[in-house]
Amino acid sequence: MEKFTTLAASMVAIPTENIDTDQIIPARFLKVTDKNGLGDNLFFDWRYNTDGSPKEDFVLNAQQGKKAGVLVAGDNFGCGSSREHAPWAIMGYGFQAVISTSFADIFRNNSLKLGLLPIIVDKDTHLQLMSLVEEEPDTQITIDLENQTVQLPDGRKVKFPIDNFSKTCILNGVDQLGYLQSHASAVEAYEAGHPDRVNTLAT
Amino acid sequence: MSNNGQPKTLFEKIWDEHIVVEEPGNPSAIYIDLHLIHEVTSPQAFTGLREKGLKVRRPDKTVATMDHGIPTTPPDIPITDMMVLNQINRLEQNCRDFGVPLHGLDSPNRGIVHVIGPELGLTQPGMTIVCGDSHTSTHGAFGTLAFGIGTSEVEHVLATQCLLQVKPKTYAVRVEGVLPKGVSAKDIILNLISRIGIGGGTGYVLEYTGSAIQGLSMEERMTVCNMSIEGGARAGMIAPDDTTFEYIATRPHAPQGADWESAVEKWRSLPTDEGATFDREITIDANSLEPMITYGTNPGMGMGITGVIPDPMSVKDVSERQTLDKALNYMDLQPGQSLLGHNVDVVFIGSCTNSRISDLRLAASLLKGQKVADNLRVMVVPGSQQVKNQAEDEGLDKIFKEAGAEWREAGCSMCIAMNGDQLQPGQYAVSTSNRNFEGRQGKGGRTFLASPLTATATAITGKIADVRTML
Repeated sequence: MEKFTTLAASMVAIPTENIDTDQIIPARFLKVTDKNGLGDNLFFDWRYNTDGSPKEDFVLNAQQGKKAGVLVAGDNFGCGSSREHAPWAIMGYGFQAVISTSFADIFRNNSLKLGLLPIIVDKDTHLQLMSLVEEEPDTQITIDLENQTVQLPDGRKVKFPIDNFSKTCILNGVDQLGYLQSHASAVEAYEAGHPDRVNTLAT
Repeated sequence: MSNNGQPKTLFEKIWDEHIVVEEPGNPSAIYIDLHLIHEVTSPQAFTGLREKGLKVRRPDKTVATMDHGIPTTPPDIPITDMMVLNQINRLEQNCRDFGVPLHGLDSPNRGIVHVIGPELGLTQPGMTIVCGDSHTSTHGAFGTLAFGIGTSEVEHVLATQCLLQVKPKTYAVRVEGVLPKGVSAKDIILNLISRIGIGGGTGYVLEYTGSAIQGLSMEERMTVCNMSIEGGARAGMIAPDDTTFEYIATRPHAPQGADWESAVEKWRSLPTDEGATFDREITIDANSLEPMITYGTNPGMGMGITGVIPDPMSVKDVSERQTLDKALNYMDLQPGQSLLGHNVDVVFIGSCTNSRISDLRLAASLLKGQKVADNLRVMVVPGSQQVKNQAEDEGLDKIFKEAGAEWREAGCSMCIAMNGDQLQPGQYAVSTSNRNFEGRQGKGGRTFLASPLTATATAITGKIADVRTML
């Protein structure tokens, strides 16, 4: 995982609510065995015509989409399938943060483990961000993870929530697996005190 | 009741018993009793283990199968999709290298991962179960804490048998009364999701209670818990009872002899204590339910089958209105329209929601001596090899085939449409699966989610039908 401390970047907005992970990356692109190249297929069916040509009215195909670092999306982003291919594709495209008014649980968990920041803001801030992008597509915001703030162009800083553990891991670029491994003796003690429920190897 | 006398919910009892590490400010490390894996969300996790030089800590608590991408055509037809073949080969290799038991393509126990866990008796009350698949909530029907995880988490569990989780909140869903004729478990869950919305359960574990839930069979309970995730809840649970124990008793992995007695005694202590409180509650009157159908592009956009499609203009919230408008546009449906009599191209009976033997028996009971409507494709896809064998023993396959339906091999099939079983652009399907997202069942395809009864009634009439008129 790469460190994330601050990010100053422009945004793209997809205001649709309940964007499910099937839209983020359709199932037919899940036949891979690695994480590479998924960004090319991000929002594929919204992004390309049947003949493979880009849909001109889809925001990722506009000039602003190609250089944005932050995706602003409608409420309950990332619902549906647990596929981690969704955050892999979002990061593969070049986004480092997604801003919404809420996220689906599994998508948020997956993102935090990868260092893709899922930022929850209140509805008014969300609307403000949407209209900023609409009025001036090059508008930049600054995300400061240490202080948990998003700074808008007018200087206003909006706090966002994140658990301290995920925050520390992302600030330092540390995989959460290391924490679990560091507690190997606690796992052994747990196993010693709790009989196995099933044995999948038994025939 | 717990030691200190504080009444606890079913969820809290299981959660508390599985905490390995709990430190202030950090998510809890909880122990995982069973880890199910499949070919699509596991390859990158095994790559991670190899890169870090790690082993699978407990292969004896891990089990693999192939379901998502595999074809449902007869087994003698070779697999031509090289990417699917590659995933199958990779899973076989990974299971060999790491010592994980695999129910592969030629196993009599293979099938959809959430069908085979209970079938083999691996799913038992009080356990924690995870899988790189959001419908892992299915196993909650047994009074287990079961939820879907991402591939990073799959790697964590493979390496440590533990998972880092922030404790979710609890949500009681009380379903009281008796289900009217023609109304099934699928209609309960579609009704719930239409009420709380697709994000209504986010952050919560649902516990389904009440007389209507207690009256359900295990397979029906699995249908309810399966779609908890479609309401945003990662897990849904039902307290174990005699129905649960009876289902498990004869399964291959069920505890034997004295172990069985002590297991049942322990399982009987799991149900939520009297006086335990939930963070949220909702009550549904089972008597007033009718068969449900979805009209939009998420499972929350559902209504009773005699209802009419809502008008976006009547929705106050701007983004909600736009979302509904976009959905109706995709579905090519009009506000105020009834779906009864609407044209359908395909009927799909299958998926981890509704592909078990009782689902197939219901479908066959309606189809017996009938023909599926002209120009309609009807696919019946059993959830596992065992379900397929059982259905064939009972002659259900003959009923389906004689009616003009396709009787396929087991797998996820057109629920996720990765294997070539899919809708063509613009086609309408009535599907017993769990997701009606845009393109979910094939690019440009349009899905109406419904129960096996509603799907079968539609298969016979060729148009969306109210099964209650046919019973």
